[in-house]
Amino acid sequence: MRQLPIEGQLPFYLSKSIGGMILLEKLNKTYPGVQPLHVLKDIDLSISQGEYVAIMGASGSGKSTLLNVLGILDDYDTGRYLLDGKLIAGLSEKKAAIYRNKMIGFVFQSFNLISFKNAMENVALPLFYKGVSRKKRNQLALEYLEKVGLRDWWHHYPNELSGGQKQRIAIARALISQPRIILADEPTGALDSRTTDEVIQLLSQVNAEGITTIVVTHERSVAEQTKRIIHLKDGYIESDNINIPSLTACSK
Amino acid sequence: MKFFEFDTIREIFSTMRQSKLRTFLTGFSVAWGIFMLIVLLGSGKGLQNGVSSNFSNYAVNMVNVWPRRTNMPYKGFKAYRRLRFRDQDMEMLKNHFPQIDKASGIISLYGNTVSYGKEYGNYGINGVMPDYKDIRMLSIEAGNGRFINNIDMSEERKVVVINQRVADNLFRGEEPLGKYVQIGGIAFMVVGLETKTSNDENGYCYIPHSTAQTIYNRRGYTDEFYFTVTGMDSPEANEAFTLALRKTLARSLIVHPDDTAAIGVWNMAENYVQTMRIFSTIQLFVFIIGLCTLVAGIVGVGNIMVITVKERTREFGIKKAIGASPSNILNSILIESVIITGVFGYIGMVLGIGTLELLSLIMENATGTGGDGPKVFLNPSVDLNIVLVATGILIASGLLAGYFPARRAVNIKPVEAMRAE
Ligand SMILES: Nc1ncnc2c1ncn2[C@@H]1O[C@H](COP(=O)(O)OP(=O)(O)OP(=O)(O)O)[C@@H](O)[C@H]1O
Ligand SMILES: [Mg+2]
Repeated sequence: MRQLPIEGQLPFYLSKSIGGMILLEKLNKTYPGVQPLHVLKDIDLSISQGEYVAIMGASGSGKSTLLNVLGILDDYDTGRYLLDGKLIAGLSEKKAAIYRNKMIGFVFQSFNLISFKNAMENVALPLFYKGVSRKKRNQLALEYLEKVGLRDWWHHYPNELSGGQKQRIAIARALISQPRIILADEPTGALDSRTTDEVIQLLSQVNAEGITTIVVTHERSVAEQTKRIIHLKDGYIESDNINIPSLTACSK
Repeated sequence: MKFFEFDTIREIFSTMRQSKLRTFLTGFSVAWGIFMLIVLLGSGKGLQNGVSSNFSNYAVNMVNVWPRRTNMPYKGFKAYRRLRFRDQDMEMLKNHFPQIDKASGIISLYGNTVSYGKEYGNYGINGVMPDYKDIRMLSIEAGNGRFINNIDMSEERKVVVINQRVADNLFRGEEPLGKYVQIGGIAFMVVGLETKTSNDENGYCYIPHSTAQTIYNRRGYTDEFYFTVTGMDSPEANEAFTLALRKTLARSLIVHPDDTAAIGVWNMAENYVQTMRIFSTIQLFVFIIGLCTLVAGIVGVGNIMVITVKERTREFGIKKAIGASPSNILNSILIESVIITGVFGYIGMVLGIGTLELLSLIMENATGTGGDGPKVFLNPSVDLNIVLVATGILIASGLLAGYFPARRAVNIKPVEAMRAE
């Protein structure tokens, strides 16, 4: 990978020294096709270590695309993406896997648990790819299940669990490799309001432990639990505001 | 991460368990391929062994020549003259035909009384030369003495080699070697016990050819010739040899060249080569069928691997999103493929060999226990190397068939992979 002389090239306010965990500079992405779709347009974005961010916007505004780029699940066309000071561009799948493994935990709307593994094995899986021994892995998995309040459910398979439970297991799985960033794409999209609250509580707790947390959501109530709300519209950042929970609570 | 690790294996078994049908189908096509290959090749071999075992009373390259009556008048001789072979005829043939390897004349007398003490019996007496033992594949085991040798021949010794039957009848368990038996009133010392023809109904005594010539008043003559021939591996070559042999002998005995019935020739090699040629054709045929089965197995494995990889694209995407590297996933697919083809290949091999054993047992019982009748099926066996190579080919093709689609699937961006299904 090409290493940039970061300190020299970037404006000081974007530099790593003040915790620029995620830096996007004029980032563009177009889905090719008969009718190419320009989904992300000149995105400039800086997210520091430990931030709690919600990304909102209409359907099709590019939220998922943005999150996938941030998670190195997808690539971008022009501009720059620096993750923890390292340029993420044109990575091989192998390199990308290393970054994902080290830095990022994902939570998906559709949970994406492995159907033929039980809760504990699902949670433990990321550690398998880190070469952690089976015993250690499972022990840690049980700890993280405890954390999301599902220790007693460790032997259940995904199809024996409710949506909320599945999502909490997915969160435990995202956390177990101790990532620096949690990326959640509509984690509550498939849940009812009660389980939504449970999951959001959990994410807030995760963030409180210092993990940078980015949540894509449609729901105001979810976004309001975060500390910064970014609005996307047709691939642009429409607004980017600090969210002061007490204020929004008052204005309601 | 290491390529081969216990955890990796455990991980693979969990995915194999999750798709039992697919695992079974892959395995089945491999096991079936190997099974069929073994059964086919083995049966072919068994058939060949069975039929060729019927030749084993003689060296397969044996030629037997005997004189008959002439049918045409020639050079002053009338028709229907009784022919006799002379010692010099054999020498002449040996010099004339480099193909002749071993050679023996034989003087055969039947129904001579042979006695030892009070015991006696009527047995065939054969006056033969030392080479006769190899030509007829007689066997004298260690401790059972020796066959007629050259000194017996030159000194016209009165020695005899008896077969098991004679020994059983005359000696009744007594050690025959060194004892004297009476043949036509003359004492012969037993110098050898021949055991190959022990199952024969008849007892045989072998005495030196020269001795037989003298005793039976055939000085300079012999009843028949036996040869082994070498260097002719086609029926055509053998036919040509037989023809040349007749012609040469006819000239020497002053027989009309067209009087083919005057000299009897039985060229074992002619039959043998023909039979073996049929077998190599059968074997080739069997081999091709086996190969086709194998190809079917390969296609089966390949197909299933392609489907497998396609089916699991989403799973791969998820695994990559949570930190699996492409090589993690590729390795697990490949190891899975090797394990399935290896294990089921082995199962197919064991079943195939078991089936052959069973077949052999059934056939043996069907032809009668210990019978001397013609055999059709004996010791079906396959070259283990062929089996191992075949298994290797299947494993390799499973690997290849898995590798290319897997590599493609593994390098798809996780977003796309997760969108699959
Ligand atoms: N793989 C793709 N190929 C082509 N177009 C795509 C692809 N993925 C998404 N798009 C299009 O890009 C646009 C942005 O998609 P994206 O999924 O980022 O939207 P989103 O903001 O997450 O929407 P939603 O709220 O419905 O999830 C949409 O118009 C979508 O149709
Ligand atoms: Mg979306």
